Amino acid sequence: MKPRDKQLTIDEVVAQIEDGMTVGIGGWGPRRKPMALVRAILRSDLKDLTIVSWGGADVGLLARAGKIRKLVYAFVSLDSIPLEPNFLRARQDGTIPEIVELDEGMFQTGLYAAAQRLPFLPMRAGLGSDVLVNNPQIATVTSPYADPDGVFEELTAVPALRLDVALVHLNRADVHGNATYLGPDPYFDDLFCMAADKAFVSCEQILDTAGLTAGPEPTPVQRLLVSRMMVAGVVETPNGAHFTTCTPDYERDEKFQKHYAAAAADDEAWAAFEERFLSGDEDAYQAAVAAFHSEQEG
Amino acid sequence: MVSTGSTTGSEVTRAEVCAAAIADAFKDDGEIFASPMGMLPMLGVRLAKLTSNPDLVISDGESLFLAGVPPLFAKGDVVEGWIPFRKVFDVVAYGKRHVMMGATQVDRHGNQNISAIGPFDRPTRQLLGSRGAPGNTVNNRTSYWVPKHSSRVFVEQVDTVSGVGPKRAKEAGPAASRYNDIHRIVTNLAVLDVGGPDDTVRLLSVHPGVSVEDVQQATGFELAVDGPVETTREPSSSELVIIREMLDPKTLREREVPS
Repeated sequence: MKPRDKQLTIDEVVAQIEDGMTVGIGGWGPRRKPMALVRAILRSDLKDLTIVSWGGADVGLLARAGKIRKLVYAFVSLDSIPLEPNFLRARQDGTIPEIVELDEGMFQTGLYAAAQRLPFLPMRAGLGSDVLVNNPQIATVTSPYADPDGVFEELTAVPALRLDVALVHLNRADVHGNATYLGPDPYFDDLFCMAADKAFVSCEQILDTAGLTAGPEPTPVQRLLVSRMMVAGVVETPNGAHFTTCTPDYERDEKFQKHYAAAAADDEAWAAFEERFLSGDEDAYQAAVAAFHSEQEG
Repeated sequence: MVSTGSTTGSEVTRAEVCAAAIADAFKDDGEIFASPMGMLPMLGVRLAKLTSNPDLVISDGESLFLAGVPPLFAKGDVVEGWIPFRKVFDVVAYGKRHVMMGATQVDRHGNQNISAIGPFDRPTRQLLGSRGAPGNTVNNRTSYWVPKHSSRVFVEQVDTVSGVGPKRAKEAGPAASRYNDIHRIVTNLAVLDVGGPDDTVRLLSVHPGVSVEDVQQATGFELAVDGPVETTREPSSSELVIIREMLDPKTLREREVPS
């Protein structure tokens, strides 16, 4: 007997998200983001979401669309364009009601705490910085153990970043939810899945289970980052991380990213961008991106 | 653009002085992970690895430790380790790391801001976010690189404290101050540290052609000065060969610090 088949469509994934939920988005900045799922959220009626992300255009797009009630982040960046224009605008216009800016290591510790079903984990990050000033809900905790000098250190008690839903994008998966990353960095996608009540994996390609490690170019087992026991649903979304990286399947689409950033700076240009790229479904998006590139080359 | 035709004999540029000053910030670090953020810090760290501190561990800025020392933005050849982001966090807490970060603001007490300008609730200018600055500054050695020294950067008090200076670290208690180690602030004008009275920013040296008054005028608070201020050393001729012919033949450095 095989384990159950968890294949879903993009819309079936998004149908499992509810208004007001806390949604963790995997990847890192402009790298391997589950953008097809993010785009589906943009098209949905979902509102008042808490978004938890080491942010890139996922945060920018959701902020611009007014989907975010609360944002938990450590940075939002497009790397080659350091400041995410839609995030900047949202912050400077004050359109995200609640802001939780963490140190990027605290963010990982928060996910660990959630993944381990702990209320918090201690660390040094945050101490002395305005992260603790701007987030009075984050407390410190005194070590019960004296250090060699007899000091009981007071550490940041990083609260668990518990998620209702995690969305991650990996290179390959099987229909049961086992998934591999083929690029240089796993990021934290396994942690996002374990911190969530329900995790959904989008991937470039669904293979049979044997194909995840065997095949013409065998993949080391260490690349099996996500186990099916952490996963509620799987969806195949080719080019689904666009325009972020999905190494080695594809790198960041810098041309498109530039176009995105330029459009974000101007209301009229943004309306045109939305109309052209974000008004249809994922197939329409991918077709519009292909057309954009042939235009650029033509 | 500066001519690169002849290495020896041509005048040393400000960018090259900065690269050597950055290299000097890493020379006594021993066998630790040098994490430069930005181009000049990357150039300086690689210069240090090829001269004063071959034990430095360097990365491609993504996820690989490089055994060799490739030119700026070139692909590395031999890989000696794997350093995905999750392991970077491990090394931060482990402590064997020296990061040189950028800074949109630095204040009298060596606090750094890369988070937001203006009130945090509704910034006049949102920046990157605090990134790893809070964790870096209470865990591992941290330096800053400021390519345009000005009173907009060096302010009395930063608007948001991302990176923690020694005074605030002490006020936050021993867990914060134990590993707080703000080592150098290298700018296009000078080299500074936080060794002034009451843990304040102190002027260590001014670059050739820059006066102490120039630096003070470009700083929004009174700098601490201990006795006569030295002139930052110029790179040696062998360092110039490394900078100009090996690490940065395209003179990218001049874009960040124009002569």
